[in-house]
Amino acid sequence: MTMSRREFARLLGIAGAAGVLPATGFAAKKQTGDLYEIPNSGNVRLLHMTDCHAQLMPVYFREPNVNLGIGNAYGQAPHLVGEKLLNHFGISPGSLEAHAFSYLNFNDAASRYGKVGGFSHLKTLVNRLRQSYGTENTLLLDGGDTWQGSGTAFKTRGMDMVEATNELGVDYMTGHWEFTYHQEEILNNIKAFNGEFLANNIYVTEDALFDGADEYIHDEDSGHVFKTYSIREIGGVRLAIIGQAFPRTKIANPARFIPDWTFDIYDSEMQELVDTLRSEEKVDAVIVISHNGMDVDLAMASRVSGIDVILGGHTHDGMPQPTTVKNQYGQTLVCNVGSNGKFLGVMDLDIRNGKVKGFNYRLMPVFSELLPADAGMAKLIEDIRAPHYQWLNEELALADEVMFRRGNFNGTFDQLICNALMEVNDAQISLSPGFRWGTTVLEGQKITMEHVLDQTCLTYPETYVRPMKGSELKLILEDVADNIFNPEPYLQSGGDMVRVGGFDYVCDPLQPIGKRISEMTLDNGERIDANKMYTVSGWATVGAQSDGPIIWDVVAEHLRDKQVAHIDKLNTPILKNVAGNPGIDGYSKIK
Amino acid sequence: MSMNRRSVIKVIATGGALIGASVLMPRIAMAAWTTKAFEAEDQATAMNELLGSAVEESAEVTLKAPDIAENGAVVPVTIRSSMAGVEAISVFVEHNPTPLVAEFIIPEGTDADVSTRLRMGKTSKVTAVVKANGKFYSASKEVKVTIGGCGG
Repeated sequence: MTMSRREFARLLGIAGAAGVLPATGFAAKKQTGDLYEIPNSGNVRLLHMTDCHAQLMPVYFREPNVNLGIGNAYGQAPHLVGEKLLNHFGISPGSLEAHAFSYLNFNDAASRYGKVGGFSHLKTLVNRLRQSYGTENTLLLDGGDTWQGSGTAFKTRGMDMVEATNELGVDYMTGHWEFTYHQEEILNNIKAFNGEFLANNIYVTEDALFDGADEYIHDEDSGHVFKTYSIREIGGVRLAIIGQAFPRTKIANPARFIPDWTFDIYDSEMQELVDTLRSEEKVDAVIVISHNGMDVDLAMASRVSGIDVILGGHTHDGMPQPTTVKNQYGQTLVCNVGSNGKFLGVMDLDIRNGKVKGFNYRLMPVFSELLPADAGMAKLIEDIRAPHYQWLNEELALADEVMFRRGNFNGTFDQLICNALMEVNDAQISLSPGFRWGTTVLEGQKITMEHVLDQTCLTYPETYVRPMKGSELKLILEDVADNIFNPEPYLQSGGDMVRVGGFDYVCDPLQPIGKRISEMTLDNGERIDANKMYTVSGWATVGAQSDGPIIWDVVAEHLRDKQVAHIDKLNTPILKNVAGNPGIDGYSKIK
Repeated sequence: MSMNRRSVIKVIATGGALIGASVLMPRIAMAAWTTKAFEAEDQATAMNELLGSAVEESAEVTLKAPDIAENGAVVPVTIRSSMAGVEAISVFVEHNPTPLVAEFIIPEGTDADVSTRLRMGKTSKVTAVVKANGKFYSASKEVKVTIGGCGG
């Protein structure tokens, strides 16, 4: 493991050196082979992508500078940022790798190294890693959040991404945002998907069974809506792949789109399944493709024994190495591979006689300029996008600083959204969900409609304006804060804190629910009164459809009007009890 | 399995109705002393009215409930016990306006295995109490009710 780590760092170092050339010189074509040629080991290679959020084209993506770990997660992966993350994984500061994995020096490094991801570049990398290892011994697994996040995914109800993942050759996938389309659309998309869609933790409700859901579900006796696992003979061994969809889908997203299905984490059922696969199906290794989120995966790995590898997603943590979790009968490797097509995980496993004897892992950043576009995929993407160019390419405003979202609290792009809601919808206060998707715009770049869609495109985009009591506002903040800072991972949902506009607050993540949020204060300095009413605008309501204009139209109108996107004030909270936490860096408002 | 799931459920539903009737009849007879328990506004009073005796926690009572409710209006719970001589199973939601939600009378020779749905307005501890051979045994679990949304 140490060897491969060093080897990878050395190879990245070569590209890093190439990176000091001026931006125009960083096509660096001579280096491409070196960067992505890696030694083979073991007998099975798993390629793992997740949470691409329908980003077919290369993008910029800034990693967070705030990703706090509370309780047992304090100072542990994935709750490490900046230099703490680099030190933990032994990555040299200033290297190409440091740029890929951390937020440090983002604008300059991104200008120099160029964009990341893009399906035509990813396709080239996947092909290379399959061919060099032997395609027959390689699987490509996708953790989901693939069908949502772009204008074209929205227009085609996710079908453009089904075509793209077919072209890419995804063997297995599970899901989360896939479930923000209607049940029938989801089933249709899965029919068109060439790989297998797996989920062991989605059951049909009993009411739906009465109404004829037995016609389409995978297993009428168990109530599983989808196939739960698949067995594959590969590299001379029997491999089981289990799907674990996002267990909180019906809480975090509208339940009304998928009324017949129910989700959760079922540890004892998972344990039973793993035991059965080992004792009766005689598999040599068990892999879970999961959308739990990394904290939940780590907890599940400690509670369920017999899983060799969890290929995880949801929390968008680009972790350079897996975390090894000890459990009753052995250990489980837990990986998480970031988001937006930025990374591809490569797990080479040495599996013999029912045991994983060793592994080599690399999380490869997909630098678009280092990987030539695959012609077939490029053509497919062109065909998908061409009818929408006019919509996507409209230039709305100039970004006068880096515009990003990812992080526990307001990013700059969130602030643009919050400001747009207040101005266009004429509200005192605005709220915007703490999603972890959304790409980054560099300083001096034009913000296009496509960038706005990257940040806002979902299937329940209507905005609202309504009066809300101060106490209700606090309740919302407390509820969301508990979703992220509750020390028990199974009670977290994996999003970030709700973004706010028009007011600031103090947050103490270490307190229990009801006590984390205090001193809510309007931008004019007036303290928010629990019993007073305020006009609040927001979007993406999960309960019922709102009746206001579509969020991307609201943001676009605001940006067209401003011409220059500028943040006067970031409504991030003052934080208590986080000084010294390795999950926060470059954050000035610490009490 | 020769019978498909839908028909099994239908059979269970029909059977359920019959069991329901048998549960209801004694309920009418017992109405005088259960009314106070069902109307009690705090859990201690409800337990005292219904059980009137000390309750001890037991690993032989299994309470299955979600960590987080998908929908607070219908939270599925299942209570099972492997103990011999189970006579009744009751369910309490501590923070509900009236904490006692249900009491199931288990006829002799019946598996102690019941499922129901609870209505919960907010996060609360759910407690299942099994009465076996005249004594009371319990299991508890906190179920989180959230306003939802804002997920990543």
